[in-house]
Amino acid sequence: MAEPLEISGLVKTYRQPVLDYLDLVVSGGVFALLGPNGAGKTTLVSILTTLVRPDAGVARIGGVDVVRDPAGVRRLVAATGQETTIDDLLTGHENLVMLGRLLGLGARARARADELLEQVGLVAAAGRRVSTYSGGMRRRLDLAASFMTQPYVLFLDEPTTGLDPVSRRRVWDDVRTLASTGTTVFLTTQTLDEAEALADRIAVLRQGTIVADGTAAELTALVGGQRIDLLDADGRLVHSVETDGSAGSVERALAALAPHQRGLQVSLHSPTLDDAFVALTRDHEEVAA
Amino acid sequence: MTALAPGSSTLAERGVGPLRSSGIFIGRSLRHALRDGEGLTMAVALPVLMLLMFVYVFGGAIQAEGYVDFVVPGVILVCAGFGASSVAVAVNRDVTLGAMRRYRTMPIVSATVLAGHIVASLLRNLLATSIVIAVAVAIGFRPTATPLDWLAALGLVAVWILAITALFAFIGLVSSSPEAANGYGFALLFLPYLSSAFVPLETMPEALQPIARHQPMNPLVESIRGLLVGVGEPPVAISLAWCAGILAVAAVLIVWGFRRSRDR
Repeated sequence: MAEPLEISGLVKTYRQPVLDYLDLVVSGGVFALLGPNGAGKTTLVSILTTLVRPDAGVARIGGVDVVRDPAGVRRLVAATGQETTIDDLLTGHENLVMLGRLLGLGARARARADELLEQVGLVAAAGRRVSTYSGGMRRRLDLAASFMTQPYVLFLDEPTTGLDPVSRRRVWDDVRTLASTGTTVFLTTQTLDEAEALADRIAVLRQGTIVADGTAAELTALVGGQRIDLLDADGRLVHSVETDGSAGSVERALAALAPHQRGLQVSLHSPTLDDAFVALTRDHEEVAA
Repeated sequence: MTALAPGSSTLAERGVGPLRSSGIFIGRSLRHALRDGEGLTMAVALPVLMLLMFVYVFGGAIQAEGYVDFVVPGVILVCAGFGASSVAVAVNRDVTLGAMRRYRTMPIVSATVLAGHIVASLLRNLLATSIVIAVAVAIGFRPTATPLDWLAALGLVAVWILAITALFAFIGLVSSSPEAANGYGFALLFLPYLSSAFVPLETMPEALQPIARHQPMNPLVESIRGLLVGVGEPPVAISLAWCAGILAVAAVLIVWGFRRSRDR
């Protein structure tokens, strides 16, 4: 059976290459594409949702080619972007009903809208115009809109950018609830906690190609294991050795020190996904420098 | 968590045809028009105020008697142009604020959202036009038209509204912001002054007369005047040709602008 998402050799160039022979397969669950600003995340989502045509390469959603059969792809996907796609002059309920009718739900659109408003906690605001909603409420309504008919693949392009921490968690909860029924979620984000909170698998995009791909633990392991750091009285790093957690490694760390340095502080440092992200997205030139 | 099969029942009925989606989008745009109280008030109040001003303030200086019969056709067309320009803002909001992004990823003909805006604008403008005519009759406008003339005149007004609405839908597609889209509306507010809408052409400088005579609004004003109050032979064919021409150009531009707006 075809995978929810298969991409091979995808190229898109504006003034310079944005996507550079990108290969990727997503087999279900929640997948996070992590990358700094300008890495090509939004361009990739635009191609996969048929908004932009690639210059070369192939992308398929559930086996349907995004270039050859965009109408077929539109039957399979839904997208919630950085900018909300909701109509300000209509109420929350009217927005969902209209989108449901466009999707072919007919008279069932109302019941489905009520159900979703309940799920994302917007029942009280359902009859108000969206122009009165907060940023978090708009995103949640936008998310609900993507589920009026359940999509096969849901694209979430930086769904919590610009939201306060409480609203972010609310959106995350809603993503988990709505996606738990089998929709494959393709999430792009530039924040690590979001990728860690939602995704089963994370890939890092840098300069138009995937530079790392795996679970959060696997990515973290890429930047090395735990280290023993020896710090002076002011907290400055004097010496650092890799450790496998054994007593022998502590001995090796101490052996490297001169006798007068025995007054140093010891700290055990575990690499975080942050470290991995910084290391993986740093430019080569910076690494060399 | 198991992945859905692409053909499973929840997905089977996604999408509607272009006729249904046009209907849904027309409903949406009409709802917008009713919600936007200020816009609707302006669309009706501005032409009515203009009518009153021309009849009671300038009218005496321009033409001592019967000026109301002379000026009403022009005011009707100004009213149509003013109302149509709000389509540019509505279309631009969809393009720049994200709604279009969702429609384009949905299994529908997304261009039908434009049909919604254009048809809603046509209906709203015809409503404003009928209010203007009612006010005009109340202050002494005495048309001599037969029901058939009325039908022809209203038909011409409708075709004109359709043509410039389409043109403004294109402007909305390519403008950088709703504010910019709004700005272009002023062009259409000036065009009628350079025609026989408010003053007889013979009173203009000779150099200006040919321009005023051959711009699209002049035959329209004269047609409507001819049909409603029976002054001169209404140049209906020329008016229709202008409208058809504008509509054709607008259609080509809209197709181009719609493709272009996708990559933004």
